[in-house]
Amino acid sequence: MIYRRRASPMHAARAGATCAYCAGLAIAALVLSAPLALAAVALALVGAAVGAGVWPQIRRAALFALPLGLLVMVVNAIVVRDGLTVIARLGNWPVFGQVDVTLEATVAGAVLGLRAVELILCGALYTAAVDPDEVLRLFRRFSFHSALTATLATRMVPVLARDARRLADAQRCRPGRPPSRAALMRAATSGVLDRALDVAAALEVRGYAAAQRPRRGWERQRPYSRHDLAFAAAGVGIPVLAIGGRLVGWARFSSDPALHAPVGVGGALLAAALLACALLPFADRKGIE
Amino acid sequence: MTVLSLEHVTYSYPGAAAPALEDVSVEIGPGELVVLAGASGSGKSTLLRVANGLVPHFHGGEFAGRAIVAGMDTREHGPGDLAGAVGTLFQDPETQVVMGTVRAELALPLENRSEPGPAVARGVEEVALALGIGHLLERLTSELSGGELQRVALGAALVGQPRLIVLDEPTSQLDPVAGDELITLLRRLGEDFDTAIVLAEHRLERCLPFADRAIGMRGGRVACDGTPGEFLDWASVAAPELATPGAHLLSGLGLAPVAGVKAGRSALRAAGLLPDRAVSRSDTGAPETRGPGRRRRADDSALELDRVWYEVDRGPTILRSVSVSVRAGERVALMGRNGAGKSTLLRHAAGLMRPTRGKVRSTGRVALLLQNPTDYLIHDRVELEASPAALATVGLGDAAYARRHPRDLSGGEKQRLALAIVLDGVGGDLNQKAAVVCLDEPTRGMDRRRKDELAALLCELDAAVLVATHDPEFVAAFAQRVILLADGAPIADGLPSEVLAGGTYFATETARILGGAGGVLRPQDGVALVSGSLVSGSEVGA
Repeated sequence: MIYRRRASPMHAARAGATCAYCAGLAIAALVLSAPLALAAVALALVGAAVGAGVWPQIRRAALFALPLGLLVMVVNAIVVRDGLTVIARLGNWPVFGQVDVTLEATVAGAVLGLRAVELILCGALYTAAVDPDEVLRLFRRFSFHSALTATLATRMVPVLARDARRLADAQRCRPGRPPSRAALMRAATSGVLDRALDVAAALEVRGYAAAQRPRRGWERQRPYSRHDLAFAAAGVGIPVLAIGGRLVGWARFSSDPALHAPVGVGGALLAAALLACALLPFADRKGIE
Repeated sequence: MTVLSLEHVTYSYPGAAAPALEDVSVEIGPGELVVLAGASGSGKSTLLRVANGLVPHFHGGEFAGRAIVAGMDTREHGPGDLAGAVGTLFQDPETQVVMGTVRAELALPLENRSEPGPAVARGVEEVALALGIGHLLERLTSELSGGELQRVALGAALVGQPRLIVLDEPTSQLDPVAGDELITLLRRLGEDFDTAIVLAEHRLERCLPFADRAIGMRGGRVACDGTPGEFLDWASVAAPELATPGAHLLSGLGLAPVAGVKAGRSALRAAGLLPDRAVSRSDTGAPETRGPGRRRRADDSALELDRVWYEVDRGPTILRSVSVSVRAGERVALMGRNGAGKSTLLRHAAGLMRPTRGKVRSTGRVALLLQNPTDYLIHDRVELEASPAALATVGLGDAAYARRHPRDLSGGEKQRLALAIVLDGVGGDLNQKAAVVCLDEPTRGMDRRRKDELAALLCELDAAVLVATHDPEFVAAFAQRVILLADGAPIADGLPSEVLAGGTYFATETARILGGAGGVLRPQDGVALVSGSLVSGSEVGA
């Protein structure tokens, strides 16, 4: 998955604002545990992906994340002994002993799994819709070399993937028995090291070693657009709503000894507010090319 | 005032038995375009790496003498300090482009120097205009073609307005059109900005006509330093493998060698030796061309592609109803610009890709050597990579090679080792050797001697040979037939003398100098043609 500029409000906003937006959604997923609130965050993520025109990429990430979420739920249901409502008695297991699956542990596992899925989707949304070069510019004021290394790592992913495909094709062209995995691993590692040396030499001659912290006002001042402001506001609003909702008790959830997830007006309002806050920046589609 | 001054520079890489450069003294002034010529391992790349400070700061090793670049001594200033004065372009654009978008890539060198925002923006716009890549500025670097990437990498080298640009075989991955464009562009940049350019190249016929000076390297030493004409004079006698085909043609006719097609033609015309363009093919005994896509009888073909289509899912059509058949023992060159479908066709032939329509048939195993020979090398010793018989076939049977690490071999040797691997029979049994041998751009980065050796090797094979290449001189040396591809379909299929002689980009230098007369491609044939027409002319006159 790589960043590609698209005609969307999210792509039109500056990286600082969209970084804050993705971080806000991730904070909401971490802070909230009420199923309704988490469902609102999940819906917000899907809506944001559609609004940013990156739904195919996010769907691919979701296909990878959902089994992981299910695994978290299953493991939690088997390992955690909390809860009073037994829904399955699985008998005596080696190491685990008597395994009783409770409704409470299963739901708690589902909440954990959903949270993990949402965090992965936040990362996927960031990768697909936030310009890494702009992020580099944003962070170079603090730590240029670290930021460039991170950008380089992102850039190298497709290059190394192509290298791997080339290596696989070359091995398919070798007659006779295929080489051992160890030999292949050694060859691949040598190739990656060669590639790293070449990139290091290229960076050296571009002045990487002599790069200095930029002077104040080094970057061309870009006026704040409506999209910058909308995504920055959402980036602040989403975590404020999530933390506030939790503090005032609108997102209460407990699973021990029994399930307790009241769906009151407060909870419904919080979910609606989260959704609105996350999706409103996408409503304005002027100047997105 | 000199931009680059090397004084008695001697340098050895860490652990190397012999120095890569030995007592090299060179001075290069502003605006000069200097071509570095020499066989692989002669020290060209090392000299460029001295100029940009990678030697000794990045590579280590032992360095003696002095190198002054734009007034900075490289013993005291590393590549970071020199980056503002020296722009560098390496062979492989893939590893030089480090940012996500073209605009960010062009901005990086200026940002590294903490240039203010307006200066960065202006620098990016100006270099994009100069190189004609303005339309690429917002594109992702991961989606650019090889030629586009090389231009972007050149832009990143130029954006800081360096006083010196060093380029290491920048055209080796480009098709002839893109390669010529790059050289022309360099010439213009040198003239417009007074930038000194040092260019290491193997395809001398492409760049010598534009050069102010040529330096011949041999064994790490400067063997010749003069104008292109003086260099060709020296090369014709002392290093024939470095002389251009045009120089060989003129020398063969007793004329002083000159660089370039126009100068070569002028020299022939002045001597009254330029043959009539209309010398017919029947005079040279060359048979007529077959039409494109004409199919031969299938019963004697070792490889047959029958109306093969390859259409990418939700993407472009790469091959369009390609019908090609190659007989056992036949040597066919596949030519065409980048993206014409050459590599895809070879991959279909070898079964790495399946056609979306059509059929591929072969009488036996199809060996395919892809563009990067290093991908084939997986063992620690040469002797483990292929059977002794296969190694001997490619000239690596010597005991000195047996215990060497494959990755320590030179580029040409790696190419031959990879060829031995794919030629090897199943389980090392050469009786089960390949019926068809396909090679994808096998001469990239190879010097002329290695190319001649490879051509000779291909001529000795019993198998059907299909080679995708941009190199018309190599085609003239090995091919019996040329297929020219364009947009995924063959547009010409015939003898090399028919397909290559009349063209501009897909023609040898000899053919271009002689204006395609007689369909000759190689210097020796050109000498015979001109001498023959002289004899017949004198007979008629008598």
